[in-house]
Amino acid sequence: MWKWLHPYANPEVSYHFAGKLKPWLGWASALLLTVGLIWALLFAPADYQQGESFRIFYIHVPSAILSMSIYLAMAIAALSSLVWQVRLADASAAALAPIGAVFTAIALLTGAAWGKPMWGTWWVWDARLTSELILLFLYLGVIALHNAFDDKQMAGKAAGILALVGVINLPIIKYSVEWWNTLHQGATVSKLGAPAMASEMYWPFVLCFLGFGLLVGAVACVRFQTEIITRNKMRPWVRNLVTSEVN
Amino acid sequence: MQFDSFASFLDMGGYGFYVWLSFGASAALILLLIFSTLLSHKNARANIARQVKREQRLQQAQAQAEAEAEAEAQASVSESTSQ
Repeated sequence: MWKWLHPYANPEVSYHFAGKLKPWLGWASALLLTVGLIWALLFAPADYQQGESFRIFYIHVPSAILSMSIYLAMAIAALSSLVWQVRLADASAAALAPIGAVFTAIALLTGAAWGKPMWGTWWVWDARLTSELILLFLYLGVIALHNAFDDKQMAGKAAGILALVGVINLPIIKYSVEWWNTLHQGATVSKLGAPAMASEMYWPFVLCFLGFGLLVGAVACVRFQTEIITRNKMRPWVRNLVTSEVN
Repeated sequence: MQFDSFASFLDMGGYGFYVWLSFGASAALILLLIFSTLLSHKNARANIARQVKREQRLQQAQAQAEAEAEAEAQASVSESTSQ
């Protein structure tokens, strides 16, 4: 496996790999999101209890799931950077943090806009909402640490340690609805087993989820490329690259 | 199609404000993320390109200065030998 993985530890190879990947991810995401969101807004049935407000689900749940998966990916990258000193892992952790922060903010905002008509309040300090808010602060802390040092390696170490400590928050978010009494409902969709929802609601959800997921991938590719060139700006290949017009 | 008119689509069964607030805020945040990502990539490239150009100009100026100094030295040498 190392033999196969090894060339991807080379910044130049990874830069061009991310460059090749991004149009595919971007267009696939645009296609899936267009179909998924039109389906969700126009054709999916209204919920028998929540009515049309249920359509918020198609953004809220994908972005909430992604906010946690992106954090996990970032923490794994931070771990490989701290333990095995993979330089590119640092770059990918730095690339992922702002994306994760945006999806956490979307999960919180759509949750508030859904909570107001359903629970009668924009916000409650219950376990699920509070732990998701802490996730946002963790992301902001990681971003701040990445930008706090001129030396990118030192920045990566500091941010990586915070990211790893913050992993404890992920099971707390996931199981908060089971461990504590909360206004938030339990999981509607789980990876294993049949979904606890009608298939005419499930399929637009799947399309939206995949669409947002691929969007994360496409944005991550660009940010990863940015991180690589700023970390390798003295290298001849970067200098040739930026002075030529080729992307 | 779940809605029989555009107005009922906008109204979302009375939840229009909350549904469109969610979709609008999410779209705004995602577009902001995409644009800032593309902009910072462009800026990073431009910054490095500017630095490379500056160094090239410096090198050129240095080479020119050296050539001039050498020419001057040679001129003074030939002047002193002709005298």
